[in-house]
Amino acid sequence: MVIDEDRCTGCEACVAACHAENNIATVGDAEAARGRAMHWIRVERYYEGDFPDIRVKYRPVLCQQCSDAPCEPVCPTYASYHNPEGLNAQIYNRCIGTRYCANACPYTVRVFNFYNPVWDKPLNLQLNPDVSLRSVGIMEKCTFCIQRIKVAEIKAKTEKRPLKDGEFNPACVESCPTGAMVFGDLNDPESRVSRLSRSSRGTTLLEELGTHPVVTYLKRDTWDHEQNA
Amino acid sequence: MNKTPEQINQDLLRPLYHATWRFYAAATILTALVVAAFFAWGYQIYYGIGVSGLNRPVFWAFYITNFVFWIGISHAGTLISAILRVSNASWRRPVTRCAEAITVFALSISAMFPLIHLGRPWLFFWLIPYPSERGIWPQFRSPLLWDFFAINTYLIGSVTFLALPSFPDFALIRDRADGWRKKVYSIVSLGWRGTPKQWHRLEMAMRIMAVAIIPVAVSVHTIVSWDFAMAPVPGWHSTIFGPYFVAGAIFSGIAALIIAMALLRKLLHLEEYLKPIHFDNLGKLLLVMSLLWFYFVFAERLTTWYGNSPSEMAVFWTTQVGSFSPLFWTMVFCNFIIPAPILAIKNLRNKIGWTVVASIPIIIGMWLERFLIIVPSLSHKILPYNFGSYRPSWVEITITVGTFAGMGLLYLIFSRVFPIISIWELKLGMTKGEAPALASQEAATEQPQGG
Repeated sequence: MVIDEDRCTGCEACVAACHAENNIATVGDAEAARGRAMHWIRVERYYEGDFPDIRVKYRPVLCQQCSDAPCEPVCPTYASYHNPEGLNAQIYNRCIGTRYCANACPYTVRVFNFYNPVWDKPLNLQLNPDVSLRSVGIMEKCTFCIQRIKVAEIKAKTEKRPLKDGEFNPACVESCPTGAMVFGDLNDPESRVSRLSRSSRGTTLLEELGTHPVVTYLKRDTWDHEQNA
Repeated sequence: MNKTPEQINQDLLRPLYHATWRFYAAATILTALVVAAFFAWGYQIYYGIGVSGLNRPVFWAFYITNFVFWIGISHAGTLISAILRVSNASWRRPVTRCAEAITVFALSISAMFPLIHLGRPWLFFWLIPYPSERGIWPQFRSPLLWDFFAINTYLIGSVTFLALPSFPDFALIRDRADGWRKKVYSIVSLGWRGTPKQWHRLEMAMRIMAVAIIPVAVSVHTIVSWDFAMAPVPGWHSTIFGPYFVAGAIFSGIAALIIAMALLRKLLHLEEYLKPIHFDNLGKLLLVMSLLWFYFVFAERLTTWYGNSPSEMAVFWTTQVGSFSPLFWTMVFCNFIIPAPILAIKNLRNKIGWTVVASIPIIIGMWLERFLIIVPSLSHKILPYNFGSYRPSWVEITITVGTFAGMGLLYLIFSRVFPIISIWELKLGMTKGEAPALASQEAATEQPQGG
């Protein structure tokens, strides 16, 4: 995935879409104030410059699906594991809730079911049948909408053809009004996401930790240009 | 000591036969606190871990603090006792049993915390490698799994270490008692008759265990430290953690041992057995550990500060001058500034009251140390957007208080069913002419005599 920080307006449509797609519980404002909001993707806000020349920088952060993920080896029950396609899968049934993976994750993108999930009415009527519900005491996180990946793969297989670039998108990418997020197959050097990830603006989050994330951020450079001008 | 063997028997077995109203009062209060803790745990299991104060990013707090703290306390016993046995320190004889008991109880308590803190505690057995219908082994790369093995090894080892030298004493009780006591102690003494062959085997077993348990004890707390050191979290990812944790563990363990011994001495009237010399010697060890602890903290802090990495410094400043600084400086006071001078002055160290005064702050300080390792780091992880805070809930506080009560209760019961001082070892020391070690200040090291 590639995320263009120049295009992100911080509207948080991705957050809402993710909640709807993945049956993520809404914990309510009191719990959210205690730091228990369960967003799989969040929009981080950073303020640059001194008053009055302040620019807000938005950075959507979701699971970086690290190639060398710190969350994986620490899980004693293989709930957090690397699937053959290179995703950091979280297998809910195996999770016993040690929360070690969440501590090891330098991006803090893992969220925990502190209680059994609840949805305010009428949200309880729009749960996605393709996504399993998680109970209390279980860790969960962004899956890159693996249910959509699977549907597209099965469809392509029945039609005996390879997956097309951009054939499907995770909910966050699909909902982004400015097209700041691009999803695709990094193994295909010609895919749109591969080309964008080779951009000179490309950078990965906390690169120095050696986690090798597959999410590339295209850094915001308009601000630098304006300053230099 | 000019006591006959029969007087020793009577002195040390008296608590098994006579309980005062104080015992029942203390046992009732402690039981109530333990029941409250179990109620809190049940409440948490029923409603979910959300009833604690945990949040994102502080996913570990009081429970893991207690876990590390109690493992630390457990290092008092078996490790100290083993070192004293291996080095043949003759003053050890009245100390070893109460030390080994601390290990068994503190370790049992601490082993509960990984369960208490689980999101789904009813599935804890998935940590056990067994050929299950799920067709999957546990993840052997996970430090939590290393923990599981380390703690179980240590628990089995220290129970054995406590049990082995108890058989002759159980047999002594069996021979003197009648009624239900005779039946019970006949069973637990496992047919001990005191034949030369049995003595020989006991000696061999103790010698093997004393040597084997030392690396086990060191490895246990090293592995506990690796739970933290293996994660890329500011303030955790450090090579100093292994020895730092082991030193801290022995430090808090000795403090706990001194407090326990002082209480036993007072309550069970063991003034003629637990003498100032024992507290003086343990006080010297405690002083060494206090200095060592300070050295570790200083070395860790200085390298962090000098390295000046932004994410590490966020944790550094929050503990030195920020919101966690009151706890940090309390810890330094409790672990170093109060106890070190007391223990360094001979005229204070050889007074039992003063060693207790030095030990109590250490217990508080070492608990705070574990808390300060966990929470400031988790609340200040690398991305500043995710900085958080933590406040314990009543559930966590109740369970924490309950563990201290539980420790007291287990120890109280123990002192009523076990002779709290190993009788046969004491007598053996007397026949070897070690009487001065009990009677006076000369803690002469026993000449190696092959046993």
